[in-house]
Amino acid sequence: MAATLPPPRLLPSGDSAVTVEFSRTIDDAANERVLALDKALAASPIEGITETVPTYRSLLVHYDPGKIGFDALGEKLLALASQPLPPATKARRWRIPVAYGGEHGIDLEDVAKALNTTPDDIVARHVAGDYRVAMIGFTPGWSYLSGLDKSLHMSRRQSPRLFTPAGTISIGGIQAGIQCLAAPSGWHLLGRTPVRTYQLHRNPTFLTEPGDRVTFFAIDHKTFEELDRAAEAGEIIAEQVVA
Amino acid sequence: MSRLVIASIGPASSVQDGGRHGAQRYGLTVSGAMDRLSLAAANTLVGNEPLAAAVEIGPFGATFTAKDGAVRVAMAGAPRNADIGGRPVVMDTSVTLKDGETLTLGFARGGAFTYLAIEGGIKGELVFGSLAVNARAGLGSPYPRPLQAGDELTVDAASGAPELRIELPKPATGPIRVLLGPQDDEFDDANKALFLDSEWKISATSDRMGYRLEGPAIKHLHGHNIVSDGTVNGSIQVPGNGSPIALMMDRGTSGGYPKIATVITADVGRLAQTSAGTAFRFLEVTMAEAQEEARKFAQLIRNLPDRLRSSDTVELNIEALSDANVAGYAVSAVDAGTWQVTAEP
Repeated sequence: MAATLPPPRLLPSGDSAVTVEFSRTIDDAANERVLALDKALAASPIEGITETVPTYRSLLVHYDPGKIGFDALGEKLLALASQPLPPATKARRWRIPVAYGGEHGIDLEDVAKALNTTPDDIVARHVAGDYRVAMIGFTPGWSYLSGLDKSLHMSRRQSPRLFTPAGTISIGGIQAGIQCLAAPSGWHLLGRTPVRTYQLHRNPTFLTEPGDRVTFFAIDHKTFEELDRAAEAGEIIAEQVVA
Repeated sequence: MSRLVIASIGPASSVQDGGRHGAQRYGLTVSGAMDRLSLAAANTLVGNEPLAAAVEIGPFGATFTAKDGAVRVAMAGAPRNADIGGRPVVMDTSVTLKDGETLTLGFARGGAFTYLAIEGGIKGELVFGSLAVNARAGLGSPYPRPLQAGDELTVDAASGAPELRIELPKPATGPIRVLLGPQDDEFDDANKALFLDSEWKISATSDRMGYRLEGPAIKHLHGHNIVSDGTVNGSIQVPGNGSPIALMMDRGTSGGYPKIATVITADVGRLAQTSAGTAFRFLEVTMAEAQEEARKFAQLIRNLPDRLRSSDTVELNIEALSDANVAGYAVSAVDAGTWQVTAEP
């Protein structure tokens, strides 16, 4: 099985990091290899690696060029990446409440227009999705999801917005996302969730992990306010479904 | 314990250190000083670890008053006029504020960020090993936001150690060096050449998250949507409008625009200190060169204590001054007639 896996590409990200790229596209199989390499490095660390960042399709490996050079590290990473994948473990599933449209999802109507349908239909397609947390990145807790319905694939905005609110639920390209904090974004805003995927003095600080499954359900704006207060007080309002 | 009271301070000023490492996998970026070498120089002058927390002061002025005891400080980074009650203070030296004295800093004259290090560091609550302010994530201590007038820093009382100056290497000039990649294959040769051969300016809308670059529009080979992947300090991404953005310390840990090139570690601080509107160019280097420069840069920071000099054994040397490109400070010091007092290098 291992012999059939194509080797990843090593892409230099400056002089102190290397991107180990398994695929150019969103691909759950590639993502599993990313997470497997990440686990392998955690289990048997390579001297000089300072931090690893798993993403959809690649593992970003930060390292100290004073301890190990690009070529030596690259060789070790390629060797590890060719190891067979460990058996899959059972995923957690989160149900995430979302207030769609209006002030909470300012792009919902434009997305519907662009796709020649109604806002309700966009919500129905988004809620019907079965998503997987492929990575967490950009800002704390921002969970990037694979599994977006093909009919919702849309190019990102030409110019990113400088501000989008905390809890934004959005789509961009072929990706879907749960955003925790206010941040710039070039994605299309469908709604907002009161769920905090990151909250500093809560245990756990970070709610989601790569590999978790996610589904969304619609709530009205009044319920949003209630859940938002509970979440602010530290309550974990995302529903965890144990498979 | 003494206090350092911030009587006034401009925007883009915050407590920063070597940054927050280990949680980029959860989207928590490193933050930390925009210009590590200057942070390290200021800290070294007052006997701190090189990447201890200090005040990163943006391009505008600031005033600090010592309370409940004397406070020993040092400044490095973007040059600016500074004085304590009319007595000039020069860059790259330590100085002690007596109880009640006020240090007044003017605007940055070239560059953007000046570091004010305090002997013994800044007292605060470490989160992921750092006091660095990351305003978007609500992190940083003692204030999880940029500094404001009225803020107070709890610090050690001055030890009474003799004042020092530091002889830094001549500031590097010339182009900002980059390695192409990780997504340079998303651009054709003509557009890579356009990026490397053009003159760029930093837009005034830049901040600690990213420096927007003004110049020609860079066109993508296959469009501007890539699947988001990891970023580093100095990643240069090209969004749909073709205007590159150099990602800085408060960058997102991942991004979905193709990254044409990455600024080498040794030059990230130089880019950070390039003022908005100043023209500059990029230069492609090899991995071997970039890693050699990174090792030299790390060694320079480690060996900063070897560059400390007693601040009262200095002879005035105008040639050395102009050579070190610090004649600007000399003018203010000479004007005030305080050479002997301030021991200008």
